[in-house]
Amino acid sequence: MKITLKVNGRKYTREVVENKNLLHFIREDLGLTGTKEGCGAGECGACTVIMNGRPVNSCLILAVEADGADLQTIEGEAKNGKLSKLQHAFHENYAVQCGFCTPGMIMSAKVLLDSNKKPTVEEIKEAIEGNFCRCTGYQQIIEAIQDATGQLKKKEGLKRA
Amino acid sequence: MLDNLNKKSLKYIGKAERRIDAVEKVTGQALYAGDLEFAGMLHGKVLRSPHARARIKKIDVSKARRLEGVHAVLTGQDLDYRVGLYLVDKYILAKDTIRHYGEAVAAVAAETPVIAQKALDLIEIEYEVQTPFLDPKQVFDKKAPLVHPDLGKYDYVEAVFTPVPGTNIANHTKLRKGDVDKAFKDADLVIEREYTNPNVQHVPMETHIAIGKWDMGDKITVYTSAQSPFTVRNLFAHAFKIPHASIRVIIPYVGGGFGGKAGIHLEPLCCCLSKVAGGRPVKIQATREEEFSLLPCRSGLIYNIKTGVKKNGKIVAQKMTMYWDAGAYADYAVNVTRASGFSASGPYEIENAWVDAYTVYTNKPFGTAYRGFGHVEFSWGVERHMNYVAKALNMDPLKFRMINALKAGSKSMTGEEIVENTGNVSKCMQAVAESINYGKLTAAEKAREKKTGRKIGKSVVALHKAPAMPPFTGTVMILKLNEDGTVTASHSLTDYGMGTYTSLAQIIAEVLRWPIERIRIPIETDTDRDPYDWQTVASKGLLLSGNAAILAARDLLDKCYDVAAQALRAQKCDLDHDESGVFVRHHTAHRVTYQQMAVGYAYPNGNAICGPIVGVGRYIAQGLTNLNKENGQGNPALDWTYGAHGLTVEVDEKTGEYHLIKVASAYDVGCVINAASVRGQAIGGMIQGLGTAMCEGYIYNDKGQLLNPSFTDNKIPTSLDIPEEIDCIAIETPQIDGPFGARGVGEHSMIAVCGALGNAIEEAVNADLTHMPIRQEDVWRAMQKKAEKPARKARALKSPGKSSAKEKAAKAPAKAAKSPEKAKAKVKAAKAPAKAKKTEKAEKAPAKRGRPRK
Repeated sequence: MKITLKVNGRKYTREVVENKNLLHFIREDLGLTGTKEGCGAGECGACTVIMNGRPVNSCLILAVEADGADLQTIEGEAKNGKLSKLQHAFHENYAVQCGFCTPGMIMSAKVLLDSNKKPTVEEIKEAIEGNFCRCTGYQQIIEAIQDATGQLKKKEGLKRA
Repeated sequence: MLDNLNKKSLKYIGKAERRIDAVEKVTGQALYAGDLEFAGMLHGKVLRSPHARARIKKIDVSKARRLEGVHAVLTGQDLDYRVGLYLVDKYILAKDTIRHYGEAVAAVAAETPVIAQKALDLIEIEYEVQTPFLDPKQVFDKKAPLVHPDLGKYDYVEAVFTPVPGTNIANHTKLRKGDVDKAFKDADLVIEREYTNPNVQHVPMETHIAIGKWDMGDKITVYTSAQSPFTVRNLFAHAFKIPHASIRVIIPYVGGGFGGKAGIHLEPLCCCLSKVAGGRPVKIQATREEEFSLLPCRSGLIYNIKTGVKKNGKIVAQKMTMYWDAGAYADYAVNVTRASGFSASGPYEIENAWVDAYTVYTNKPFGTAYRGFGHVEFSWGVERHMNYVAKALNMDPLKFRMINALKAGSKSMTGEEIVENTGNVSKCMQAVAESINYGKLTAAEKAREKKTGRKIGKSVVALHKAPAMPPFTGTVMILKLNEDGTVTASHSLTDYGMGTYTSLAQIIAEVLRWPIERIRIPIETDTDRDPYDWQTVASKGLLLSGNAAILAARDLLDKCYDVAAQALRAQKCDLDHDESGVFVRHHTAHRVTYQQMAVGYAYPNGNAICGPIVGVGRYIAQGLTNLNKENGQGNPALDWTYGAHGLTVEVDEKTGEYHLIKVASAYDVGCVINAASVRGQAIGGMIQGLGTAMCEGYIYNDKGQLLNPSFTDNKIPTSLDIPEEIDCIAIETPQIDGPFGARGVGEHSMIAVCGALGNAIEEAVNADLTHMPIRQEDVWRAMQKKAEKPARKARALKSPGKSSAKEKAAKAPAKAAKSPEKAKAKVKAAKAPAKAKKTEKAEKAPAKRGRPRK
């Protein structure tokens, strides 16, 4: 089936088999490998992309369902060679370790911040609850998102005894 | 490498330097193995056994071979190669015998993953299903089926391991220190109990992925999501009897490992498929389900501890018996057994110690290295047991720990003398105790208890670990000076998330006195291009590679000084350097820049000297020994990193639900190289440890089939599961031979959190737990059990201690049974069985995440 969709502001028209999921379409047909596959079952959130303003697990959506949709992937986050505020905050706050969950995590966080300029810690935790991270223990990610909204008053640091 | 250390003058060491690999990771530009595509690349898939133990009666792959688009089909009959780290016991594909659920039986390579899957579906297999051996405690049962009847024929590392042919014992590690029998007789109290934990999955977010290419003339190229390129190469060479130089292993960005990617896994299979397919590259990307059963997990442990203690709280004897549930193959489990055997007591001094640690083959998915290398598992037993003994002594558990903590002058279980610079575990415990206000409830906490009706409990536990590695573990760092005065590092430590590369860049920048931006540490490692490193495991990377980095930077400078000495006609002793070049101390304008000397210094007339500049640093662990196989004595420890956790939990007395209020962790890291990285390791590992403590673990049926190989039924912690407050504290007792005094802390954060949780829950609601994980329903059950079964086994040998200890041990539970709330809770809870929060969430999650969210 032929589908047309917008990804990161660019229009794509592609022939796609009906049972191909959006994740594999994005990675294999469009060559956008920033979106990762962690479980293929909608549990881990590594494949999160933004579809028509909402975060979705792209592994649970068929590519044909995205016909006519407006998508954003991690590749659309930095603009003009500059990191977005959120990306910058992830960098500054050591919110990245292995980096495999990071693209999906940033996508979920972005949707939160698009509708909520000053989310509370609880709201941040809720927003990224569907994104597993095995390395960081989430704390530095939460701080990065707080920082991106100008809410991280005191940088939590390592104490020296 | 502590010489001339003036901490105040340091520019990079100790700072929260940003990661050198973060930009490509936050933009999605970092390429992991799964992102790589090659011309002609095929996709491999693996057929797995649905049985735990079986004989393959018949296997027919003819239909699969005939399917269009299929380029290779392999079964165990086609591959006569065995692989193994320490004990060579595993065929690449099962040959005749199935030893665990999920074991690879056949594999195909096809033009697309869809065709490969179709081909798998066309393979016909007839199994003769056999009774599996599942309980490692039955290891001495002579009638038990043997997982490896050929154990006596396998190659193994004889200097270190002791398999027992004719049994399911893959290794028996012994430790004998002092006179245990006599000490037990002298003890006032002898207390024995058993603690258990199941298999656990590492869950790196990136599953195992490898791309293999086997060219004519046995030239092999492998791209893989592995932790240790040279280990993959070495084991590959041994298995196939191919020269090391013919095998090239390349590691791109890796999405987490935690030990699960430490050995060799999918690489040989990819390459064998490629060979059949005429050298076309073959990629195998494990599914998440395969990650749980085809690929290795963490071994389970049954741990029996018998402690003899004096009334003053001093432990005088301890007998420790470990049954490691290794699963079907020995892999790292034999070494987990060895490493945990020699530190099985935790960071406490045991004058008279006796350890029997058995690696037991069972018909389950096999165990491998997992962050902590056995210490997470046994720390559960040790730290629960310390509280159990303290309770019997009627002594505060922290005080009891302090009395027995290793300190300068103590001897470790292997006879190693602990000195001031080994580190300070008491200080770690002190720091976390202060952080959580141990021993009392604050006014706010009292108010909270009143408001919520939930009980608050607190605990402090301690931990230690040394790298588990061969005594000859070494590494190399090469620094290549570039034309513009930047430097590019070449080495083979990998950074699959820990941040070690950033720390190494800081160390190099510090020694060179250059801006860190001029140090490049490429993420990819390549055995053809980069020099040897043993492995990236064991929390040894920072210490060994950090020292190699210091030596390489010094060597680079030395070579720069050589050039400058000639060019400036000066003795080296009159030279100094800064970020732009080498100069004469008393005529600072008289200088040669790094750019001028990078590829060879040229005089104005064209004459040139010295050639391109490279700095080399080689470092190998100093003074380590193999352990005596009969008594476990020797010096196995590169360094000991000590730590402690303080944990505050709130528990619902009626339902057993609990919630983490605070975790404070302290580690004696020797010297903080990167403050953000230490904190990242501290928090990340602690939460991973809480996963192990709260909810993770394999569940089998009686046929040995794994029932929960997915995130739906085997949840890991999410952002909603983390404690309300997290405190990370670094203690810095310098390690004399560590880079700037530093020691590793990659694994330690995960150790003993489980015990901290169990102890705090017990303190809150008197639920006595001996099995981990502690699912919320387990707390509820333990509270019920308490009310029903008050007497505990605490055997006293000597009359003075005897009665009092028995009484005390029995008293606490009795008190609990008397409490009216408890009785009420029991009735209520029995009516409405406690619902596991995890299960609830698991059910909700797919619905919530499946489609666009609100």
